Amino acid sequence: MDIHEYQAKKLLAEFGVVIPRGGIAYSPENAENKAREIGGSKWVVKAQIHSGARGKAGGIILCNSPLEVAQATDKLLGKKLVTNQTGPQGKIVNRIYVEEATDIKKEFYLGLVFDRSSESIMVVASTEGGMSVEEISKEKPESIIRSKIEVAVGMQKFQAREIAFGLGVAPELINRTADTIISCYRAFSELDATMVEINPLAVSGQGQILALDCKMSFDNNALFRRNQISELRDKTQENPSEVYASDRGLNYVSLEGNIGNIINGAGLAMASMDMIQLAGGEPANFLDVGGGATPEKIVKAFKLISMDKKVKVILVNIFAGINRCDWVAEGIVQALDKIEINVPLVIRLAGTNVDKGNKILRDSKIKYIEAKSLEDAANKAVKTLKL
Amino acid sequence: MAVLIDKNTKIIIQGFTGKMGTFHAEEMIKYGSNVVGGVTPGKGGTKHLDLPVFNTVKEAVDSTNATASILFVPPAFAADSAMEAADAGIRTCVAIVDGIPSHDMIKIKRYMRRYSKSEKMSLVGPNCAGIISPGKSMLGIMPGHIYKEGRVGIISRSGTLGYEAAQQLKDLNIGISTSVGIGGDPINGSSFKDIIGKFEEDDETDAILMIGEIGGPQEVAAGEFVKNNMKKPVIAYIAGLTAPKGRVMGHAGAIVSAYGESAIEKVEILKQCGVTISKNPSVMGETVKKVLS
Repeated sequence: MDIHEYQAKKLLAEFGVVIPRGGIAYSPENAENKAREIGGSKWVVKAQIHSGARGKAGGIILCNSPLEVAQATDKLLGKKLVTNQTGPQGKIVNRIYVEEATDIKKEFYLGLVFDRSSESIMVVASTEGGMSVEEISKEKPESIIRSKIEVAVGMQKFQAREIAFGLGVAPELINRTADTIISCYRAFSELDATMVEINPLAVSGQGQILALDCKMSFDNNALFRRNQISELRDKTQENPSEVYASDRGLNYVSLEGNIGNIINGAGLAMASMDMIQLAGGEPANFLDVGGGATPEKIVKAFKLISMDKKVKVILVNIFAGINRCDWVAEGIVQALDKIEINVPLVIRLAGTNVDKGNKILRDSKIKYIEAKSLEDAANKAVKTLKL
Repeated sequence: MAVLIDKNTKIIIQGFTGKMGTFHAEEMIKYGSNVVGGVTPGKGGTKHLDLPVFNTVKEAVDSTNATASILFVPPAFAADSAMEAADAGIRTCVAIVDGIPSHDMIKIKRYMRRYSKSEKMSLVGPNCAGIISPGKSMLGIMPGHIYKEGRVGIISRSGTLGYEAAQQLKDLNIGISTSVGIGGDPINGSSFKDIIGKFEEDDETDAILMIGEIGGPQEVAAGEFVKNNMKKPVIAYIAGLTAPKGRVMGHAGAIVSAYGESAIEKVEILKQCGVTISKNPSVMGETVKKVLS
């Protein structure tokens, strides 16, 4: 789960990271008042969307008066920002963060992620603050400092100091920088985060170490024990069909093609998408109804796919294990009794009681095309499309 | 003896008396697995499915000499149960459960470092279908009848794609020594490399089919292991050629975030390591057949 910049800043500040003064605003008047409250002579107006690279998309505006702050807010609120991370549909700006401008002397990159190879937490830092980590690894790989943290004992001060020295921080600021890094580590580990990124981490003219932009992501599997985090979810930043799906226990990713998929199991779903592409088609979605493929899930899946207007044919591929094909077939019959589908349907069943399952479908009044294998199903779906 | 489990492996069920535990224990017993009892804290001393229930894994192991366990506990308690199994001397533990926090998985792996290599439990999963040595024993939730007994080892991150492979092999009259579902999470108990090494040493396995997917460094690590240490042929299929970058594809671990994590990159690297690639998921069986002949 992703959260907004201002939410991440607030969380990190609770762990001791220093952040510029700022406040959230929902209207131009609101933003103007915030600017006066914060004081100073320069402010940054920042569109809050779940994406990086907002600056290049015009989502971050430097202002020289509270009036400019109001104007900038007016410009951004309600707008859809398209960045290189949002996809062409962009993300809507519903909240504005007004922040005091910082007099920046130096900028660093600081990130914490899981390292799947070493199964530890990895701290990544670079002197090239402001660039994305992908850009840094392409253009300035030599500037990257990596430090693996032993989770049983947590991050040690010397490890944080090594990073700070590696970044070339002035001697009098080493401790402050190291403390900031340790604070981020503590937030990562105590909040079940999967990513903490401060970019840039700035050294100000006054010798402060400040988090100017922050991003945090959290482990969905751990939200059950992180109420404080789950409350920060902003569904307006997510794809509506994906929200609909996740609320109903389906794993769904919306894609660009026109062949809708209903599959059980994530691996089989990816494999079916691959087969569709090999057959010359394009999947409209990834949809895993779960290994069990219960009739209830199948009904929900059909509802979800029928909402997608770009779908021109639906491919159902279920490999029944403990759940039997006859049961799955009954689920399909029930679903199509309730939901009207106006596009051709290709169904492939496999596994336990496949013959019984196919018989139930054939004997029902459903109009569909029966497929025998994964390949057959993909070929038939693509062929139907071309008719 | 196939790998990890055989006919004689004594199995206990952790979370025995719950709905899931009961259902799958019955399925395993029907298949012929040697289930000797189970654990549900607080219900020790009672009987369930005519088998003894224990309060702790230690008691269960002391009393039954079980060496394998399977967890049917909710995700929030799964890490605790896996560590309890490791501590009680269980050799092979399967975690079916989907939804264990990554931080908990790291904790389990760190906890298990206290054991020497010879004493260390093999944790398989989480978020997997389990292990089956066809005709011998099933420590999982798969449909046993699609697995024919034979001499090909399967390792798969995905459950249903593993079933697909087993069915394709059966249709070609090719059997399986053991099929291991290692699970779809970002951090799993056993990696491809951990299991593939066991198949190399197993005298009942002739070839190994590895079913990988996008995300994570595991397939590449296994490829390097194949290049440097394996004599037996390895066949691989990698799912997710069409998966967009940076998106989680159902499995929490199926996300491309670095070089070598996309399906195309994995396929290229595995080829260079001498692994035979199954071009698409429909020809996994045929590709194995070609390699075997």
